[in-house]
Amino acid sequence: MSEQRTLFDKVWDAHVVRSISKGPDVLFIDRHLVHEVTSPVAFLGLKNRGAKVLYPERTFATADHNTPTINQHLPVKDPLSANQLKALEENAREHGIPYWGLGHQKNGIVHVIGPENGITLPGVTVVCGDSHTSTHGAFGAIAFGIGTSEVEMVLSTQCIMQPKPRKMRITIDGSLSRAVTPKDVALYIISQLSTSGATGYFVEYAGEVFRNMSMEGRMTVCNLSIEMGARGGMIAPDEKTFSYIKGREYTPKGEEWEKAMEYWKTLYSDSDAQFDKEIVFDGSAIEPMITYGTNPGMGIGISLGIPTAESLDGGVATYRKSLEYMDFKEGDAMLGKKIDFVFLGSCTNGRIEDFRAFAEVVKGRKKADHVTAWLVPGSHRVEEAIEKEGILDILHEAGFELREPGCSACLAMNDDKIPAGKYAVSTSNRNFEGRQGPGARTLLASPLVAAAAAVTGKVTDPRVLMELETA
Amino acid sequence: MAYDKFKVLKSSAVPLPIENVDTDQIIPARFLKATERKGFGDNLFRDWRYYPDNRPKEHFVLNNPIYSGKILVGGKNFGSGSSREHAAWAIYDYGFRCVVSSFFADIFRNNCLNIGVLPVQVSPPFLQRIFEEIEKNPKAELTIDLPSQTITIEATSEKEEFDINPYKKENMLNGYDDIDYLLNMKEEIEDFAGGLPL
Repeated sequence: MSEQRTLFDKVWDAHVVRSISKGPDVLFIDRHLVHEVTSPVAFLGLKNRGAKVLYPERTFATADHNTPTINQHLPVKDPLSANQLKALEENAREHGIPYWGLGHQKNGIVHVIGPENGITLPGVTVVCGDSHTSTHGAFGAIAFGIGTSEVEMVLSTQCIMQPKPRKMRITIDGSLSRAVTPKDVALYIISQLSTSGATGYFVEYAGEVFRNMSMEGRMTVCNLSIEMGARGGMIAPDEKTFSYIKGREYTPKGEEWEKAMEYWKTLYSDSDAQFDKEIVFDGSAIEPMITYGTNPGMGIGISLGIPTAESLDGGVATYRKSLEYMDFKEGDAMLGKKIDFVFLGSCTNGRIEDFRAFAEVVKGRKKADHVTAWLVPGSHRVEEAIEKEGILDILHEAGFELREPGCSACLAMNDDKIPAGKYAVSTSNRNFEGRQGPGARTLLASPLVAAAAAVTGKVTDPRVLMELETA
Repeated sequence: MAYDKFKVLKSSAVPLPIENVDTDQIIPARFLKATERKGFGDNLFRDWRYYPDNRPKEHFVLNNPIYSGKILVGGKNFGSGSSREHAAWAIYDYGFRCVVSSFFADIFRNNCLNIGVLPVQVSPPFLQRIFEEIEKNPKAELTIDLPSQTITIEATSEKEEFDINPYKKENMLNGYDDIDYLLNMKEEIEDFAGGLPL
């Protein structure tokens, strides 16, 4: 094909088995990640149809949404959670799918362990019954979340039927200030675009800011693509990508690696490729961010005040309902607001780099007495690295405990629930009403902001503690 | 899972004029622990519908007997957030067959189409008109005509066309699902897989 194509076009087109006239494309899926919550009804559907899993070797199952973050060696207490975990284990065994349940060395959050094990590779298609599957786009993969009917579809046919989304490119050049993390970049973009600003689009992130970002940081940004409505986000693979994946368990080896590298090096948007929408931001304009409302688009620079309803285009009633839930007032400053809980973890910020950042701020300080901090690594691998790098010692000296891996308080399907009315600074992805527990109030932020809140007990600009100049 | 065919639906509607209704509100995570698809309607909008002690919240629309019908009308950006199909199941299980809004989140829209709930996207002014008519008369009826892709406010005959992918439309009209289609492509899929680089 001689026409100029985007990265997204190249990967998508390579996976179209059939284009249905006036209908969706039949898209082949290379990697299907499965967890306990959105799969049982799909396996049941498979059974009712008398169908089998077409490619068990392209399917990987883990337990993460429901799992406790303490005493994982003991039986799971909640009978409903235990039942779901058991169902996944049995379904995986019956269909010959690799299953990394509780206690398994490879267990962890599905979007953390995919990349860790080399399951996520450039140019592949990845789906999972979880909207944050967009994470894997950091490797130049097309990755998106699907519903349970589609989980059944992929189990039985390894394909999905999707109309090709439109393409958006978000370019950010300029350099980020110190203490401005990938999470802040993502929250900034969502605050500018709103939670529906990229609906119907697949986003490519381009520019200096993303090129300079670590793989962990790219995963954080792609992870949050869904929060602006995008189906997914992706970043062209580069040397950083290749060196991250090299040597991991499921990564091609030897000649296969060489062959794959040849292919991977073609995965970029051609210079004249057309996007349906182009957005450009200046990286140096971004400061540490925090949310004040009940969706991820309600975020501001940490030193700013909560916007007034008059500054909005519409939806004033919904806006006020949101502030009422948070018990915040228009114009309030976020700095100095007292908080009760801190959550470090989730598929957004449960990777080693996030713990390094948290430790950088809390080192030599003490946890605020009234704060409950849940520090939850994204996987056992992350947990091991925390110990090996001496981060655990820093955390212990500052009065923090480390929990065992899982999704935890991000969606509060296990016992880690923020109590009603309490405020949590959370590194996770969603601040919806009741997301972290019925009545819980969530302020989304980076690991640095979370750390600053954990040691001061209130919303604090991390730059003050890091002795950096503030704006 | 196959579902009932959808052709023409004439019904009163339940109004929910709130924007960005996310799937965590439609069904909170703690109700996702079932291993079978049943009973989700009881927990539809659980935390907006009930106090923590399970008493119904009088002011919430599902608890107001003057509103009823098979159509749910929501504000802009309905169904954002989690991919949980349980949200669509809860809407279906409660008795809705159609959700009307001026904007839907992608995965939610797909999930609805896959299980037999028709998402009807209307223009913001038309949505506003629907809310006004229901406010005037809670029994105001809407007609959703899938073959002609129109939605009509019966009292005033105001009508608007809506979009739906022709393939998905056929599926809804016939109660088919995609899996039947794909299962018939097995050989083609296997041949394709054999030629992939990774």
